[in-house]
Amino acid sequence: MSEAPALAIENVSKNFGGLRVARDVSLNLPVGARHALIGPNGAGKTTLVHMVSGLLPPSAGTLRLGGVDITHMAAERRVGLGLARTFQISSLFPHLTVAENIGLAFEAKHGLDRRIWGNTAKHAEIVDGAAALLQKLGLLELAARRIVDLPYGQRRLVEIALVLALEPKTLLLDEPAAGLAAAERGALLDLLLRMPEGLSILVIEHDMSLVFRLAQRITVLVEGAILIEGTVGEIRADPRVRDIYLGSRHHG
Amino acid sequence: MLKLAATFVALLVDGVAYAMILFLMSVGLTITLGVMRIANLAHCAFAMIGGYMAFALVSSGYFSLFTALPLAVAGTMILGALAERSVYRWVYTTGQLGQILMTLGLVFIVVATGNLFFGSNLHAIGLPDWLNGSFSWDAIAISAYRTFIIAVSVAIALVCWAILEFTDFGARLRAAVDNPRMARCIGIDVPRVFSITFSVGCGLAAAAGVLGTQIMPLEPWYAFEYLVPLLMVVAVGGLGSLKGSFYAALMLGIIDTFGRYYLPAAGAFVIYLAVVALLLWRPQGVFARASA
Amino acid sequence: MTTPADQQVADRQVIETTRAGFSRHVFSWLDLLPFVFAALVYFFLGRYLALGTQVMIQIAFALSLDLALGYGGIDSLGHVAFFGMGAYAAGLFALYVSSEPISGLAAAAVLGAITGLITGPLVLRTRGLTLVMLTLAVATMLQELANASAMKPITGGADGLFGFKIAPVFGVFSFDLRGHTGYWYALGVVAFVFFTCKAVVNSPFGLAIRGIRENPVRMRMLGVNVTARLVTLYCISGALAGIAGGLSAQVTKLVGLDSLGFLLSGNALVMLILGGTGNLYGAIIGAIIFVVLSDRAAAIDPFNWLFAIGAVLVLAVRFAPQGVVGLIEQAWRRQRMRRAR
Repeated sequence: MSEAPALAIENVSKNFGGLRVARDVSLNLPVGARHALIGPNGAGKTTLVHMVSGLLPPSAGTLRLGGVDITHMAAERRVGLGLARTFQISSLFPHLTVAENIGLAFEAKHGLDRRIWGNTAKHAEIVDGAAALLQKLGLLELAARRIVDLPYGQRRLVEIALVLALEPKTLLLDEPAAGLAAAERGALLDLLLRMPEGLSILVIEHDMSLVFRLAQRITVLVEGAILIEGTVGEIRADPRVRDIYLGSRHHG
Repeated sequence: MLKLAATFVALLVDGVAYAMILFLMSVGLTITLGVMRIANLAHCAFAMIGGYMAFALVSSGYFSLFTALPLAVAGTMILGALAERSVYRWVYTTGQLGQILMTLGLVFIVVATGNLFFGSNLHAIGLPDWLNGSFSWDAIAISAYRTFIIAVSVAIALVCWAILEFTDFGARLRAAVDNPRMARCIGIDVPRVFSITFSVGCGLAAAAGVLGTQIMPLEPWYAFEYLVPLLMVVAVGGLGSLKGSFYAALMLGIIDTFGRYYLPAAGAFVIYLAVVALLLWRPQGVFARASA
Repeated sequence: MTTPADQQVADRQVIETTRAGFSRHVFSWLDLLPFVFAALVYFFLGRYLALGTQVMIQIAFALSLDLALGYGGIDSLGHVAFFGMGAYAAGLFALYVSSEPISGLAAAAVLGAITGLITGPLVLRTRGLTLVMLTLAVATMLQELANASAMKPITGGADGLFGFKIAPVFGVFSFDLRGHTGYWYALGVVAFVFFTCKAVVNSPFGLAIRGIRENPVRMRMLGVNVTARLVTLYCISGALAGIAGGLSAQVTKLVGLDSLGFLLSGNALVMLILGGTGNLYGAIIGAIIFVVLSDRAAAIDPFNWLFAIGAVLVLAVRFAPQGVVGLIEQAWRRQRMRRAR
């Protein structure tokens, strides 16, 4: 008896007027899988993630999260079903502190965002949870710093902490390594490899070394359509993939 | 029966004339809001400035309504161009709330200046005799003045349309309205197109102010008085859509006039209820195109 | 080798460090300052007691607008709608139900909240310029409704509501003609409004609202129903604005069409730009500056005063968009940086 996949993208297409950004894309993400989505810029990878997370409605096709049809479901309800995502450009709360950013994630998770009384800082679910997570990820000294005052690499890390706070079942990562220095990439990969086994991850990336070490299966998207899909070994060996990328390491 | 028709026609003419004044005023504003996304609450003030300029010229005794009109329009266009190059540079750089507050401040300044020069009484520009009468068939009488307003407004609207459709500048403006970023990418100098359009928009507003003084008399608070109806026309018509504000102005002008006459108990409430309902149904504007 | 006691201390430190990241809006002794000031000023006001009361009414209104606009990012040009609904509610309550003042204010708050509940879900689904225009349209619609001849028996039309009596506060302090009771009553109400705003802002809901203002998409991707939270904020703000309107009605014993007029919305916006948005103190400072100045200057020369406000608005947005509080904060930060060197 097989359980429903964490995420099922079934024949999804997206058109903007005459422009076809996604053509009949299908992808299966089993529970606990690590799946990478690669392809040249403009291939439609981020559009696909927008459709899965609920920020863009598909023109055709079906999306299922853990077997539940989410094709027309509001984004916030999908998060309630265990979906979380990061953005190409870190999407945080710029003028709030790191602690407040993480605290908001815990607030949302426990449904405390409706609570109109009581001091935020006195809610143990929020503060203790944020404290533990900040310490675990080594972000504790930054607790009182505002996001606008942080360098790019640290903001990336805060965003990862933010989504982890939600304890998601399915995680969508949109180019998590973009703009990071080599050492930071190493730390990121470490973090991703240590993620809980039951967590299913779909990651968009250009950094091939990270992709080959993290992913089990890879889907290659070109001009909105799937070129091939297979295991890491199959993709590495395929000459068409090498043709698309002029060399496998083009992000320094 | 004839009396009913007479009333109906009179109301229709009234409503359309009022609508045309609003439309002329709205042209500049809808482009400002649609292209540069600037919340310019001071637009109605330019209509007032034009109206007062013409009033001053006519009061001097050397000008008539017709000779004062082009001068007032030109004067307001120059003033608009100067303002656009100076104060409005500040307006461009702030966020939405800042734009609202700044342009609101400009309105206050214009209102105070209006009172300084012209006092707080109502003023209207005197009409030549042949505009004072009406055309009549049997019991149906149509005000010559309102007919004149409608005729001139439609003529101006057609000229605007022709410029948009057939000239190079028009094509560039349409591109800028449709997609400012893309227009810039293909080499259209959007800021310059906008500066010219802003100035012309002020001129059109001035024309509206000058032509309409008999139904919308001049007074210092004029810049506020008609701001809300103007904003409603632009919002319902769709920001950046000239055709939209034309139809929206017609709709609102007619509903307002008929509403006030047939439902006096409800007064102007009807028109605002209609606006709220329309904006809720189609937030991007009832007549806006479904473009990106 | 860390003992369990050491571990506990370390854990507590971790939590304290984290808690320090939250502490920007807690209650402090600073919050009592304006009210102590208002109490002291009472003894020096003399003939200007009515002005002082008017200042407090506008402080309450500005606070309610700061909640919606400064914290929630709802650019509302029509906030006077709530004020006016509250004013008419209090007036009608005094005329037809009971002249007891506090229940009158409760009625005003309820009507303000209901207005927010009805218009909120509709208006708050839109954003940007459409939102601004909608708030303006709704407020104008309500003013026209109050003016409509069909409503004259209820609202009094252009004449408004007048001649209603207000019973003594708590049954003891009756409203005198000099305005003494009115002043203290207003002070109490403003204190209530202020501390309610504080409580809301300090709460988890308050943090969520700030989050929505900073990045609504991210809030949605945390699973929060953004529109629902904004509607709640709108209702709270509406209730508080309604209380301000009700207070105005009870103190002046007059409710006219101008309690639904755009001028009040515009004035409140000027107060917020003068004082600073998003921190509640700015609303207090801005209201004091604006009401006092406009009272004095308008008495001398109303139209030149208008010119001055216009110029101040343009210059303030350009050079001091965060208002007086912003300037103080900037100076403070520069001092701290200088000391750090």
